[in-house]
Amino acid sequence: MTNNTVLKLNGLAKRFGTVVANEDVNLTLAKGEVLALLGENGAGKTTLMNMLFGHYLPDAGTVEVADADGTLHPLALGHPQAALAAGVGMVHQHFALAENINALDNITLGSEPLLAVRRDRRAAQRKVQEIMARSGLTAPLDVAVGRLSVGERQRVEILKALYRDARILVLDEPTAVLTPQEADTLFANIKAMTADGLSVIFISHKLREVLAFSDRIAVLRHGRKVGEMPTSEADEATIARMMVGADTPKVARQVATPGAPVLTLRDVSLAGRSKRDTLRSINLTVHAHEILGVAGISGNGQSGLANLVSGLAVPTSGTLCVDTTEITRPSPAAMVAAGIGRIPEDRHHEGIVGGMSVAENMVIERLDDPAIQSHGLLRRDAIQDNATALAQAYDVRGPGVKASARLLSGGNIQKLILARVFEQSPRLILANQPTRGLDMGAAAEVGRRLLEARSRGAGVLLISEDLDEILGLADRVMVIRDGALLEAGTQDRGKIGLMMAGEPA
Amino acid sequence: MIRIEPREQTSRAFALGVPVLAAGVALALAAIPLMAAGANPIRAYSEMLRGVFGSVFAVSEMLTRATPLIFTGLAAALAFRARLWNIGAEGQLYLGAMAAVAIGSGALDIPGLFLVPLVIVVGAAAGAAGMVAPTYLKVRFGADEVVTTLLLNFIILIFLQMMLEGPLQDPMSLGWPQSAPILDQGVLPPLMDRMRVHSGLILALVLAACAQFMLIRSVWGFKLRAVGENAAAARHAGINVKRSLFGVAAISGGLAGLAGVSEVAGLKGYLTADLSPGFGYTGIVVAMLAGLSPVGVVIAAVFIASVFVGADSMSRAMGVSSFLADLVVSMALLCVLVGGFLAKYRILRTKRAEAAS
Amino acid sequence: MMDLLNILLSESFWAASLRIATPLIFGVLGALICERAGVLNLGIEGIFVVGAMCGWMAVWLGAGLWGGVIVAALSGGVFGLLHAILTVPLGLSQHVSGLGITLFATSVSYFTYRTALPNVSSPPRIEPFQPLDVPLLSDLPFLGPVLFQQTALTWLALLLVALVWYVMNRSALGVALKAVGDNPDSVDAQGLSVYALRIWAIVAGSALMALGGAFLTMSAFDAFFFGMVNGRGWVCIALVIFASWRPGKALLGALLFGAFDALQVRLQTEMGALVPGQVFLMAPYILSIIALVIAARSADYPRALLTPWFKGQR
Repeated sequence: MTNNTVLKLNGLAKRFGTVVANEDVNLTLAKGEVLALLGENGAGKTTLMNMLFGHYLPDAGTVEVADADGTLHPLALGHPQAALAAGVGMVHQHFALAENINALDNITLGSEPLLAVRRDRRAAQRKVQEIMARSGLTAPLDVAVGRLSVGERQRVEILKALYRDARILVLDEPTAVLTPQEADTLFANIKAMTADGLSVIFISHKLREVLAFSDRIAVLRHGRKVGEMPTSEADEATIARMMVGADTPKVARQVATPGAPVLTLRDVSLAGRSKRDTLRSINLTVHAHEILGVAGISGNGQSGLANLVSGLAVPTSGTLCVDTTEITRPSPAAMVAAGIGRIPEDRHHEGIVGGMSVAENMVIERLDDPAIQSHGLLRRDAIQDNATALAQAYDVRGPGVKASARLLSGGNIQKLILARVFEQSPRLILANQPTRGLDMGAAAEVGRRLLEARSRGAGVLLISEDLDEILGLADRVMVIRDGALLEAGTQDRGKIGLMMAGEPA
Repeated sequence: MIRIEPREQTSRAFALGVPVLAAGVALALAAIPLMAAGANPIRAYSEMLRGVFGSVFAVSEMLTRATPLIFTGLAAALAFRARLWNIGAEGQLYLGAMAAVAIGSGALDIPGLFLVPLVIVVGAAAGAAGMVAPTYLKVRFGADEVVTTLLLNFIILIFLQMMLEGPLQDPMSLGWPQSAPILDQGVLPPLMDRMRVHSGLILALVLAACAQFMLIRSVWGFKLRAVGENAAAARHAGINVKRSLFGVAAISGGLAGLAGVSEVAGLKGYLTADLSPGFGYTGIVVAMLAGLSPVGVVIAAVFIASVFVGADSMSRAMGVSSFLADLVVSMALLCVLVGGFLAKYRILRTKRAEAAS
Repeated sequence: MMDLLNILLSESFWAASLRIATPLIFGVLGALICERAGVLNLGIEGIFVVGAMCGWMAVWLGAGLWGGVIVAALSGGVFGLLHAILTVPLGLSQHVSGLGITLFATSVSYFTYRTALPNVSSPPRIEPFQPLDVPLLSDLPFLGPVLFQQTALTWLALLLVALVWYVMNRSALGVALKAVGDNPDSVDAQGLSVYALRIWAIVAGSALMALGGAFLTMSAFDAFFFGMVNGRGWVCIALVIFASWRPGKALLGALLFGAFDALQVRLQTEMGALVPGQVFLMAPYILSIIALVIAARSADYPRALLTPWFKGQR
């Protein structure tokens, strides 16, 4: 190895129970290099980086990190403290920020002795401002982090690492919460920092940004490294095949003529507790045979819209009609009764009751159905038979329908929810981030089921933060921003991106 | 390095074995305070056994003691299943008891066929009100029911003293704070001649069986379990979470109220402020030992009652403080907690290859 | 009405308020530290009992008053450590563990007391803390009797309010404590130990709770009785929510509560003929519930309160 190498991972392996998360992964990183770590959900990218950073203890393998002079030293594993001291900084996908203290305190947390009587906040502030000037990353320092925007929080996360004099920066899906334009700015900042000698690993599953911004690409599949190449030699088709191990399943869609409206929102407002669940006088119509995609950056009112349609929130003003009937007393039960099938955003938290059986979860929305109960007592055989049939039809795999739902994998939980929803032949399907966290196979299955429902005559309201998903499935696109809903009138990703960011297209 | 890893699935045997093991460990640990008190633990344990199972009378005493614990244990178990933390069974017990003497000690002189059911229903209703109120504060204002039910226990106890020195005081009591006795026809009849065990036990067993059936087989129980396991998902699925909470609050409080009815109308005959030596709090231990299963509550209540009755008789024989029983009970709770952890997770010692440099 | 005004203006009323508030100040501060770190400590009621019993017994055995205070704090710390082990690395239900600690600590105290003193008809007494009677200052009008004729433990409580405030708002330790109660990952990612921070916070908080108990046997009274804590711990749990986890407001809450309690005693003597005394006895508990209802929605809970955190499971 040249003395230009700043990081070496040697044969790292990790298993959780019987699941292999990583197996014999070797990786090197050069000074000033941007390495993209690419792979499907569940390919082991995040686990690998969490081992590097000391959150997980590897079952086998070693890590070497260069000191400031470029000499490689073995890193003590399993201790974030050691990784920090060696100059490794990590920005997690779910920000590791305390919201009740300000940005400066979040940045300096852990770098001061805890039992010191006095703190030198001014010196810390000076150092952070210096870093902000150098890197171009800025954020207000004296405001509680809970009040910062997502972009600002991400910059605070990166500042945290730079404050600790990180020479290697790991970014886990950094653009997941940003507009395309914000993402471009972030990568420009990263380029500037690498010119200063910083080395960067960024985790992604977006081929576009990987090809545009990295120097080298490493691909993981099923926990193993399956390929590595300079970005200049890579193209989209090759890496996609490497990630999936086969050609990407393309979702085939046919043109359909929209029918009568199945869901109409007229001037609906919702006074939420925060920006994420506030709606400002929105109008929306979903027709039969139509998939309406709602694009937007996370936290712009998507939760409010989803809560409204699933019956969890009651509009402050405006009307909501299913077919031609106005829903005057919205509740989850009323929405189910009106023929709305709901695929919730957080499938673990809202989709299933993990401690109850798969069979029970499959009937939880139809407890009034005489097929399920008589005189208030459960018909256990009927519930059992229903579950066996649905598990078969929707390919729900796991330890059986009598086992707790929490034992299912993410993809199988989503299949359980799909089975529950689609089996009732809903008039309208609300799909909120339906493929988030699923591998490509499971995601394609969700897309196929949505299109199937559309050709059957259902309307679909697809809310997603993944623009590619929307462009792949939706007949019509709307953009949600700051609680307002706008007709996109286009399928052009650049124009939609600008609308998401709130700039004139 | 030590690592904690969740188990894929807890085996049934393990889940059933944990409470038994916890109870055993708690009893074994009690040897330490016994020795500290200068007693021979082996002799103490055999005294305890004799005190519980040595005679028909002893068994009757134990079952008498178990009766209120089944009620309060069920109260805690059902509420906890819905993640409604009813720590107020002690207060609800007294509400039930007050209602029982208010109706049953002369206010209505009607035949027992009507009086007994009336006393039971009114007592349960009073207890239910004692839990529905804090549940309302929780649902409406977000006030933590743990704290409100705990504080209500104290309020109700003071209210009880006020009643016993006021409207409920027995004019014949010569100024003692105690109520007039329940009318003869209102008494829950004893089960055996010259024994204290009474038909409140039958009521408790029947209710435990009902609770078990309803929890597993009914739509009501399905909803309650869903609300307890994951309230957000239950709400999303169209279950009326608030209605479920109020329902279980009423039933939980009602069961605790029945503990009071049963003690007053089945055992003591009249009400004093020391009717319950903490049955409400002990019910929580019973419920936890039972793994929140209604049938388990019966077994756990028998165990805890045995500890109390056994410790009393051991205390008389050997002069060791009967607070030993409270010690065993509290240790059993902590042990079953730890045992529940071991059933859900395993602790692994991680070995790794030395870092090659 | 005149009577009420007279009471509110009297020195003895305010002196009594502060005296009654003292154990609550200790307790609320202790609960505040635990909850700021993300762990509810319902062991508080039992830890009060342990502090009261151990402090008293140490003095009775000849340890001296301050020796008793130290023994009380240590005994609280031990039971706090037990709660910490159960709730932090093992991540068990904080509700159930706390109630278990309360039952366990109470029965250990009662059993020990009974075993040490098997056959006493009246509880043995110790010489408790005396009012400090600071020269000059105690002679100040009004403030003198209210502030400067309290015992050293009351002063310790007031000192601790200032100390806890300083730590929470001005020190790196306070930042870390607040962070670990809001988002443990933030602390872990910066290389600090979530477990260590939480465990020590619970131990320290429990030691303070025990001091509240010790005040009862070593300053307010001079002996140990069964049932003497009488729900004071639970009142503290309500007050800490009322105080939104801030030391200054915690002091205020405890003082308000003390004032109310002092007032009810006085009203009881004034109006005892009209209303049964129990109405006044009930009032403080009802007040706690009202405070809880008022504060519950507005309070900004530490976000990670009640949520266990395991290393390597993010």
